Amino acid sequence: MSLLTCKQFLQELNDYLDPSIDPETKRHLESHVSQCPNCFVVVDTTLKTLKVYKGMEPQPVPEDLRNRLWAAVERKMEAKKKKVQS
Amino acid sequence: MSTTPTTFDEASLVAKAQAGDTSAFSELVSRYQNKIYRLAKHITQNDEDAEDVLQEAFLKAYEHLDGFQGNSKFYTWIVRIAVNESLMKLRKRRGDRTVPLDEPLDTGEETVKREIAVWEGNPEDQYSQEEMREILDEAVQSLKPDFRTVFVLRDIEELSTEETAETLGISIPAVKSRLLRARLALREKLTRKFKRKGEDVFANL
Repeated sequence: MSLLTCKQFLQELNDYLDPSIDPETKRHLESHVSQCPNCFVVVDTTLKTLKVYKGMEPQPVPEDLRNRLWAAVERKMEAKKKKVQS
Repeated sequence: MSTTPTTFDEASLVAKAQAGDTSAFSELVSRYQNKIYRLAKHITQNDEDAEDVLQEAFLKAYEHLDGFQGNSKFYTWIVRIAVNESLMKLRKRRGDRTVPLDEPLDTGEETVKREIAVWEGNPEDQYSQEEMREILDEAVQSLKPDFRTVFVLRDIEELSTEETAETLGISIPAVKSRLLRARLALREKLTRKFKRKGEDVFANL
């Protein structure tokens, strides 16, 4: 297989980052990264980008909104109960 | 209460809720409300809409709980409901312009200007959680809705490519190409923020 250009490599970046990629494709893509400092940096910083997003816990729902949500859910539950009983 | 609901797995909570156990449904709400709220905020980019979506998603889920088959995860199901509600809000806000979710896109990366620079250490060590959240949210907000939605579902909510395609009603290649564009665009934005100062190592290559 011929060596990839940066453009071709970047189009395959998602596959490269996918842990379920087949070993042959991985090797082919690896051969580009190992020789291309720019793409190496792009891979590294993309991985870091994904890591910071995955590491971010969601903020808790503000209390007043949480209370309103509970009240709405409870109303719905009551209504359903009444429907079942009648 | 003698039981500790948090020890139940999702499937048994759903089964209990379907059998009429309201506390089981409440547990599902408390388990996922923060994530659903974040998702709604990311997609709608509007606090008021996100609040509505949060409520409507759980109310709809409760209403249709009996119809939930259990062949997908409850979480994926509630995410799907919340995404649909969010997209409806987004369309409404944009007037009668529909969100072209399946519009063909050029997959070339030419339009994404590339910033090649290594990051200065670990950003999480240099910014407070609040600052990080702001930086990350702002970067996501800057993406177009099509890209933003795919990124949020795949990389934040961790749905599979297939689940994302199904949720958004778009093809698998469309999910893949949008995800690539979104990832590269975010990498770009974060690199501008986090790069090692004064060291655009490859800038002159």
